[in-house]
Amino acid sequence: MKLKSNIATSETGFIFNPSTGDSFSANAVGMEIISLLKKNKPLNEIKKHILDKYNVDEAVFEKDYDDYIAQLQFYNLIDTM
Amino acid sequence: MKKDKVIKNKSDKIREVTVALTGLNAIDSPGPGVAVIRCLKEMPDFRFRIIGLSYEALEPGIYMNDIVDKTYQIPYPSAGTESLFNRIKYINEKENLGLIIPNFDAELYNFIKLVPKFEALGIKTFFPAMEQFEKRDKINLFDFCKKNGFLCPRDKTIVKIDELKIPAGKFGFPLVIKGKYYEAAVAHSFDAAQKAFLKISSKWGLPIIVQEFIKGTEINLAAIGDGNGNTIGAVPVRKLYITDKGKSWAGITLEDKSLIELAEKFIAVTKWRGGFELEIMRTPEGKPYIMEINPRFPAWIYLSSAAGQNHPAALVRMAFGEKVKPYKNYRVGKIFIRYSWDLVTDVEKFQKISAFGEI
Repeated sequence: MKLKSNIATSETGFIFNPSTGDSFSANAVGMEIISLLKKNKPLNEIKKHILDKYNVDEAVFEKDYDDYIAQLQFYNLIDTM
Repeated sequence: MKKDKVIKNKSDKIREVTVALTGLNAIDSPGPGVAVIRCLKEMPDFRFRIIGLSYEALEPGIYMNDIVDKTYQIPYPSAGTESLFNRIKYINEKENLGLIIPNFDAELYNFIKLVPKFEALGIKTFFPAMEQFEKRDKINLFDFCKKNGFLCPRDKTIVKIDELKIPAGKFGFPLVIKGKYYEAAVAHSFDAAQKAFLKISSKWGLPIIVQEFIKGTEINLAAIGDGNGNTIGAVPVRKLYITDKGKSWAGITLEDKSLIELAEKFIAVTKWRGGFELEIMRTPEGKPYIMEINPRFPAWIYLSSAAGQNHPAALVRMAFGEKVKPYKNYRVGKIFIRYSWDLVTDVEKFQKISAFGEI
């Protein structure tokens, strides 16, 4: 799973899909995950990164991560392989 | 011998041309004239004297002194070609016109008919031939799309209100009720369809086109063809804000190769000459349905120039016989946002254009 190559992102959390003209705002954690997806990092690496950095329960992270990915898919921002 | 109306100034670098344009109605449902003029004013090697051609005394462009140098009222399209020609001939005697750019669908028929007479006066034009113009007419759109492999909603052309039951039974609701030239309404019931029929037909006449409703994202595409099947430029935008009249009030340029290919295919098939706009509905599955083909620049054409493709500039060059290199790129993510501005003028100016037909 990776972010579509033409999706533009900024450090401020702005995400722009040039194919549809849609734009979104993500919070800081959301942007961290987006930047890892951009680098084609697999789920286990993303998970490790977040769990090491934030005080969050693994089960809670996984649920929130699944929700987030579902949103990114819904808005046509990621390629599913 | 025809007189060359492009005057080169002393430095021999800047060419001076008098161009006449319609579409000065920069209102909530705007004509493209003012946007086209803005594009022309960005041509570094041309200096234009802008002659506005207006239909009504309150078209805002008439009073925009930094946009239009002089305006002449011209007869409505219903007055016919002879009346239009006589007026243009008069204007040409005073202004020595080099080029005419009509910007309304409804007037284009008369202008196309008059091309040989304009040429005889030494006035250049660059718009589609009658055959191209008629092929993309709303009435012929479905057959044109079917023949050439474009997706297009099914439609039925009707002249009587009773005939509404035919498309209603065939396509179901909602239905799109469209005027021959302008205006459309989405009707969710038979009552609403009847009301829309009466409202639109009383304003724009008959026939009425009843179209199948296609759900999706509204995308517009401005493009220009050289008349030999080559695309000179194409810029797609997504409407970000749509007025209650269905007009774009804000839009953003998109990156989508399939939309550019659609424009290229249209130009190749029709050998389109001049600017045009494709109105597209992209379904959630990504299929692009052609909803309408407007045979002139859209009112948001200045965005194409801001994004790197100055289509009106390309039209001017082609009209004067220059070979124009096709645009290959444009900036994605360029946004236009229309705004309202109260232009203040004096009653004397209004009186002049109303009484004398020129200002």
